[in-house]
Amino acid sequence: MTAARVVRSEWTKIRSVASTVWTLSVAVVVTVALGMLISALTNHEFATMPDRDRLSFDPTFISFAGMSLGQLAMIVFGVLVVANEYSTGMIRTSLAAVPQRGTFLSGKIAVATLLALAVSLATSFVAFFAGQAMLGAHGTSLGEPGVLRAVIGGGFYMTLIAVFSMGVAAMLRSPMLSLGVLMPFFFLISNILGNVSATEKIGRFLPDQAGSKVMRVVTPVDDDTPYGPWGGLGIMLLWVIAALVGGYLMLERRDA
Amino acid sequence: MIELEGLTKRYGEKVAVDNLTFTVRPGIVTGFLGPNGAGKSTTMRMMLGLDRPTAGDVRIDGLHYDRLKDPLTYIGALLDAKAVHGGRSAYHHLLCLAQSNGIPGQRVHEVLDTVGLTAVARKKAKGFSLGMGQRLGIAAALLGDPRILMFDEPVNGLDPEGIHWIRTLMKSLAAQGRTVFVSSHLMSEMALTADHLVVIGQGRLLADTSMADFIRQNSRSYVRIRSPHREQLLDLLRGAGITAVETTGGVLEVDGGAPEQIGELAARHGIVLHELSPQQASLEEAFMRLTAESVEYHAHAGSSPRSWGEDRPRRRT
Repeated sequence: MTAARVVRSEWTKIRSVASTVWTLSVAVVVTVALGMLISALTNHEFATMPDRDRLSFDPTFISFAGMSLGQLAMIVFGVLVVANEYSTGMIRTSLAAVPQRGTFLSGKIAVATLLALAVSLATSFVAFFAGQAMLGAHGTSLGEPGVLRAVIGGGFYMTLIAVFSMGVAAMLRSPMLSLGVLMPFFFLISNILGNVSATEKIGRFLPDQAGSKVMRVVTPVDDDTPYGPWGGLGIMLLWVIAALVGGYLMLERRDA
Repeated sequence: MIELEGLTKRYGEKVAVDNLTFTVRPGIVTGFLGPNGAGKSTTMRMMLGLDRPTAGDVRIDGLHYDRLKDPLTYIGALLDAKAVHGGRSAYHHLLCLAQSNGIPGQRVHEVLDTVGLTAVARKKAKGFSLGMGQRLGIAAALLGDPRILMFDEPVNGLDPEGIHWIRTLMKSLAAQGRTVFVSSHLMSEMALTADHLVVIGQGRLLADTSMADFIRQNSRSYVRIRSPHREQLLDLLRGAGITAVETTGGVLEVDGGAPEQIGELAARHGIVLHELSPQQASLEEAFMRLTAESVEYHAHAGSSPRSWGEDRPRRRT
């Protein structure tokens, strides 16, 4: 079957370049290490924390604090998997081998997504346990209500960040352009929109903010977010689908 | 067999390929000749379904490229030796291509051996020289043991040994009964390898002929004569029924003349000759005459030199 062959071929491609290993390693290390650091600092400062903050204190979410930075490495992974085909010229060789462009793109994205999912789920669990160890007495456990959902959801969140980046890279084709759009978007614009009261209500529908809801166990005080944890992940999934459809249409219509 | 019918590609106002119709026949080497920017690479990309034609059609054994099952086993192409992820080893580059077309992994080792890259199979492609990159591209083209092979400017930038290797390879592939379609902007290169010739200029078909016919029609042989007694000699030749043409600098040219006959004639009448030499117009000249009007970038005195390497309209990638 063509699809199975494309999947095998794409698996060979992804495992035979160094960028796969280093982007995913950085994502794991940064997410876990930064999560541990912030968990340890929070544990240290818990005694002096204002009551309001204590009411919203979410030990699960704190242990995922490293994702804000670790996701940038996932973005790089997603972008390079797709855009390197274009920047190296490999795309012409690839499409000569698999001229069914839809099959080619879905095979590539399926392989990269499954790899990202495996790494993200592992990262999410490790970050959770390491973070709880740092939080000590203020930590929580997997058995508490909503915690397992948040930890698995964290793995889904990181995966979807990578897949969204693949879709954007398929649309923009250039790795530098894709990173130049995605990095500021997730690192700056989304944060700014989310923290300014006038734009907060728009900001919460952006993929990262909606998606990260799934990692929360304790709802912050005065929170009026109109969706729940899975609803938020659903909104993120819609963004991802839109990016993939856009990427597919670009690939289908443009000359390689 | 590759059939092109009215194939056309426009980039906005610019026509890169203009209504090309020709057939690439099996068992011979067909040379695809044209000056830089004539549309050769664009045509080849359309043959592989990489670029969409604005109008017209290309069929490979009667089918559109994207209808071919496991296309690498039908047609192998070397378009651009740089179309490789530099971070991947030669072995993995070929392996992923083989897997996508259901070609057994053993074949990867065979083609690496054929092109002489076995020793560097595990090295990253970005460390390869131009010649090694070209060999890797040819290995990829041979991977599926295809009946049709297509090479875009395969000898560009190669050293003499590499050029010789590619010429021999193309001839042996055609001798095995395969269809070989190879582009070049050098007539001399084509004269050595091609059996059939398709010439284009500014995207238009200028000639579609066998190499033998092209040589017969275009390799004019003549005798070049210089003499201080030009008028006398002209009269003498006219009297002997030989037509001489005066060219620049008082040089006379006799088409198809025999130097022996002219020399003896002059000696008999005591006419001094300063030069009497048989000449052959080169195929390169014939090609340049053919494409003179269609050359996209004429060199102008005083203008800055252009880059001649690029063979297609610049596009954002």
